[in-house]
Amino acid sequence: MRARTHTTMYASSLTQAGWLGKIGAWLLAIVWILPLVYALWAAFHPAEYATTFSWSAPLTLENFLAAWQAAPFAQYFANTIILVASILAIQLFLCTLAAYAFARYEFVGSNVLFSLVLVQLMVMPEILLVRNYQTLTSLGLVDTLFGIGLPYFASAFAIFLLRQTFKTVPKELVEAAQMEGANTLQILWHVYIPLAKPTYLAFSLVSVSHHWNNFLWPLVVSNSVESRPLTVGLQVFSSADQGIDWSIITAATLLTSAPLLVGFLLFQRQFVQSFMRAGIK
Amino acid sequence: MNLSSRHIQAYLLLLPAFVFLVGFTHYPAIATLFDSFMSTPRAGRAPVFVGLENYQVMLEDPVFWKSLTNNLLFALATIPLSMMLAIAMALWVNDKIAGRSFLRMSYFLPTVLPMIAVANIWIFFYTPDYGLINQALQFIGLPSMNFLGDPQLALMAITVVAIWKEAGFFMIFYLAALQTLSPSYREAAQIEGASRWYFFRRIQWPLLMPTTIFVLVNALINAFRMVDHIFVMTNGGPNNASSLLLFYLYEVGFKFWDRGYASALTMVLLAILAAVGLLQFFLLDKRTHYR
Repeated sequence: MRARTHTTMYASSLTQAGWLGKIGAWLLAIVWILPLVYALWAAFHPAEYATTFSWSAPLTLENFLAAWQAAPFAQYFANTIILVASILAIQLFLCTLAAYAFARYEFVGSNVLFSLVLVQLMVMPEILLVRNYQTLTSLGLVDTLFGIGLPYFASAFAIFLLRQTFKTVPKELVEAAQMEGANTLQILWHVYIPLAKPTYLAFSLVSVSHHWNNFLWPLVVSNSVESRPLTVGLQVFSSADQGIDWSIITAATLLTSAPLLVGFLLFQRQFVQSFMRAGIK
Repeated sequence: MNLSSRHIQAYLLLLPAFVFLVGFTHYPAIATLFDSFMSTPRAGRAPVFVGLENYQVMLEDPVFWKSLTNNLLFALATIPLSMMLAIAMALWVNDKIAGRSFLRMSYFLPTVLPMIAVANIWIFFYTPDYGLINQALQFIGLPSMNFLGDPQLALMAITVVAIWKEAGFFMIFYLAALQTLSPSYREAAQIEGASRWYFFRRIQWPLLMPTTIFVLVNALINAFRMVDHIFVMTNGGPNNASSLLLFYLYEVGFKFWDRGYASALTMVLLAILAAVGLLQFFLLDKRTHYR
């Protein structure tokens, strides 16, 4: 904030884009938003206007109704919400404990173990899908929501972010809590976690949008309506190719993205800042 | 509290997370290596040791080579282009510019949308004759092109979508870095009468180097795992023209159910990711602020 007010005092050629820059910035923004604009156009107008533009085209919700009735989207929505929420809850729990150990304990092998955590930043579970699928088979978890979530329960990214944040907690606060007789887990709960709230928010937004959008691993694991998340459901629906027209597919596409889209438009600043925070660390 | 009980506490705190980390990252990576030397179990026959046979098959498999070269081209195009766009976007949005919040929203939007969903919209853009791009081409008198059906164009079409999806995500990291730069650099450059371009090239760009390395590593990893849109748009076709490694790995593993060969393909991906990891280690080791 301080930096911003400071630079406005010196507004000049170095803070203001030239006219060429302005045109470039706007052209790019228009190209970038065009797919969404088109999707809104096609989804809210009758099928005959899907490929032609006309000011007199009537608005309709028919396409959304048709999509909703053509596939079990209600079930898919429920599946995705359960999946995303349970992955997040378990990630927050497991990764808080691990990050706390890395941030505040000295123990033999801490560096080696931390490097082992970081490996997951490079090698995501979906790269190893062939072997992980066998693991699920032997656990009897193929075609279950639990099986889709399982490989993501421990997140290296969360451990990394929380460890960085926990390390910035002042020693004095911890000592004060110890003086009052708080034990290790009470200190974690009453001192560390409240101070790390912005990091929790940042990670939560990143995790929710990642798992809402995740496709390949759920595609491999699920093969019934009961375990299929929205992304896989949308793919099954739109590749069925039974004369379903464009308008209905775009309506289904918007339905699938709607919660994230609306959330993003409402909380744009938090979204952007959360992704920033996640990136700086 | 004595030393050893602190030790035990730490290990207990780590244990639950490590069960899942080891179970779904470290163990499968090592197991895949062993699987890649085994035959695929079929119809009740247990897998047997076949040595390097799966790798030999791979060397003689034209689809593997096609997917690998496609993937390298895909990386070579998506990485520099999305990074350059990301820097430009960040510089614009960081400046005082009319409609700044609209611009930022528009650039970032693809990041929050599911790839599988937006790929459906992009199909329409690419559709022959009445798709948006072809309507524009015909408007200026050019012939209609079948982007997704033409082996010459399919990979490029896939690449464009990946750049569109990624650039705004990388912008965020540059924007965050730009906002932490001290305003005194700008003031000094102002006093010296530096041009916009000179200020970027000599001051902002070198200071952004750690961000560039961070983004580069992320872009490299993404170049080998972004395949969702292929399922929707081309299914790897026509004639494998738009197949990437991870997509081919999926086909071998879950359409042809050839576990041994799929394990060998996984090892190739792991080797590439390990190389990226080493590159990161090497780059971060050097002082990157001033070259």
